[in-house]
Amino acid sequence: MASPLCIRGGRVLDPARGIDRVQDLWIVDGKIAGLGEDAPADVRSDRAAEVLSVKGAVICPGLVDIHVHLREPGQEEKETIESGTLAAARGGFTTVACMPNTTPPLDDRPRIEYVIRRARESGHARVHPIAAVTRGQMGESLTEIEELVEAGAVAISDDGKPVRNAEIMRRALELTRPLGIPVIQHAEDPDLKGDGVMHEGWTSTRLGMKGIPDAAESVIVARDALLAELTGGHVHVAHVSAGRSTEIIRRAKARGIRMTAETAPHYLLLTDEAVEGFDPRTKMNPPLRSARDREALIEAVVDGTLDCLATDHAPHTDFEKDSDFDSAPFGIVGLETALGIYLKALVEPKLLSLPELILRMTVNPLRVLGLPGGTLEAGVPADVTVFDPSRRWTVRAEEFASKGRNTPFQGWELPGQVLMTMLGGRVTYRAETLLAGAR
Amino acid sequence: MIGARKDLLGLEDLSAEEIVSILDTARTFREVLDRPIPKVPSLRGLTAANLFFEASTRTRLSFELAEKRLSADTVNFQTSGSSVSKGESLKDTARNIEAMGIHLVVIRHQSSGAPHYLAGNLDAGVINAGDGTHEHPTQGLLDIFTIRERRGKVAGLRVAIIGDIAHSRVARSNIWGLTKLGASVTIAGPATMMPMEVERFGVKVARSVDEAIEGADVVNILRIQLERQRSTLYSSLREYARVYGITSTRLKRAKPDVTVMHPGPMNRGVEIAQDVADGEHSVILQQVTNGVAVRMAVLYLLAGHKAPDESATEHPPVKETKKAHGEPSLHPRR
Repeated sequence: MASPLCIRGGRVLDPARGIDRVQDLWIVDGKIAGLGEDAPADVRSDRAAEVLSVKGAVICPGLVDIHVHLREPGQEEKETIESGTLAAARGGFTTVACMPNTTPPLDDRPRIEYVIRRARESGHARVHPIAAVTRGQMGESLTEIEELVEAGAVAISDDGKPVRNAEIMRRALELTRPLGIPVIQHAEDPDLKGDGVMHEGWTSTRLGMKGIPDAAESVIVARDALLAELTGGHVHVAHVSAGRSTEIIRRAKARGIRMTAETAPHYLLLTDEAVEGFDPRTKMNPPLRSARDREALIEAVVDGTLDCLATDHAPHTDFEKDSDFDSAPFGIVGLETALGIYLKALVEPKLLSLPELILRMTVNPLRVLGLPGGTLEAGVPADVTVFDPSRRWTVRAEEFASKGRNTPFQGWELPGQVLMTMLGGRVTYRAETLLAGAR
Repeated sequence: MIGARKDLLGLEDLSAEEIVSILDTARTFREVLDRPIPKVPSLRGLTAANLFFEASTRTRLSFELAEKRLSADTVNFQTSGSSVSKGESLKDTARNIEAMGIHLVVIRHQSSGAPHYLAGNLDAGVINAGDGTHEHPTQGLLDIFTIRERRGKVAGLRVAIIGDIAHSRVARSNIWGLTKLGASVTIAGPATMMPMEVERFGVKVARSVDEAIEGADVVNILRIQLERQRSTLYSSLREYARVYGITSTRLKRAKPDVTVMHPGPMNRGVEIAQDVADGEHSVILQQVTNGVAVRMAVLYLLAGHKAPDESATEHPPVKETKKAHGEPSLHPRR
């Protein structure tokens, strides 16, 4: 037995088990040994134990992001598995599910295995690849789903693009149903989107920008709810941005349809008015929507209609984003700011309790993917996040671990500084000045 | 100077006073254009670059002429045959242009907000010559200049703008400028060409073109385009002409001395009937002439000059400014 580590004085939040109390968390050999008195006596009495005091901080299961773009293989100038998972660690995440829209897309076994191998070699978080629904994400013919799942894919998605063809969506749902994995849909009708670059509303009218109506998202959500009902398959709706989509998802769930959903941090804090200065850092797909949509999304997070709080971390190079609005690619980074933004949008205004927030950033995304974990139960790998919800910090993109600096939150002051992230007992991030004692 | 501005990006940004100041300056230059030698030395030693990332004939010619009438050196840049087609970014193009010591940049770009991006990256003054479907401020100014010339005022006038409002930068600049100066603006066009929440511009949305024209002092007719990417917006030019085309019969609903405008180029027989385009109410060619004077005024003011005294029609004052004659910056600020 290696020397135990005791994280002491923090508020232990393990929402899956209903735990919320100040208690010691004991870690031995990369695993959770127990909480307080529940930890084995020989561990608690080990004189070589290292004690890390985190008074005032929250200790919770490592955060899980169901939606990131790690860009490897093929777009390493934007991000690599190494830099992306380092960004995850800085943001308090220990597990990420990465989208298959790489170059080439993750649509066959060697590519899935490549991501898993690269993550093992250079990763600072658990990386679960999501495979493409269709070959080359071209929307025409299905990938070899069972083999991809065998290779380690946890879901399928053509994210970046929708599965446009309703028949293909139907067949994908039928084939994934016995495998117990979701089809993650980038819900967007390409015809309604057209060459739109921002939400269609008064701001797009004023700025003379091509608009993307909220219905571009919601019509696909509605269609997919019907297809999930038809097939019994599981649709997970990625990055929900529109209030109307949440109404459809809420009703689908009430009918017993297997539909889950996520949103991303920016939709809860910003609206289309942020596009006002033509800053490409406010350009993402789906776009920032109206104040009414924002309110509806928050309501849907609170009542559980939106199961997961993801990031849609989408790094791009400065070069690509430093341009006129139309030419810039869609997407912003999110891993290193997500926790702070969610705290600011949901917990600070007292709309959601801290345990409820953690649930939506740990257990819920894991369950959507059919994965275990997300707790601090004795014996599980010690994936732990320690953060101080009251400690405020300033967003400085130039200090990000991610290669992407494309954030609209530059200079914002956010709550919830991450103090330490631990993956299987190994520290993947530690705020040096705040935790000088930790090893 | 227009206020303390370096750039002219849109009429939304300008106050009524600033707009009037430009129009007054333009009146001075309009008189210059009628002289035997229609040229003044105001911008001597300055270089203006006309960057046209999107095809244009009359706006480019109008700016170039305005620059030459002010004795500026001019360089032209068009996307065909330039390095933009080789994948160079707007930023690099701009930096290269500035490294050449350009003082004023006139930009036409297919992307809304592109001039704003350039303005934030360059020390040079930037003039928006049309950005995407956003604004075309000098067109708005020349339209208002022409209205003022014909009708003696702008406040209280009833102006109808007919056509594809959603995709028209001319419409946006006209609406901002006219409403700021107190005109009452009514718009009409197919529902597919009305942008969302358009009434928030402070305009009336008429249910038909006849309703919009009723009692109008001015009818401004927008060019209709139904090329491939807009093919879903309306069935055909024929149908458009039938429902929205301005004919002399239709025009009878307007004031008897109505002023008819069109920013060009016209689709004769589609949005505007032949006899209306060439008829007694049409000021379409005056718009073109006035365009040169308005652009001279904008260039002149942005180069650092004060608005000339209205009585000083003999010669707009030539004033050397530090900005205009200093070392051109090689380092665009960010």
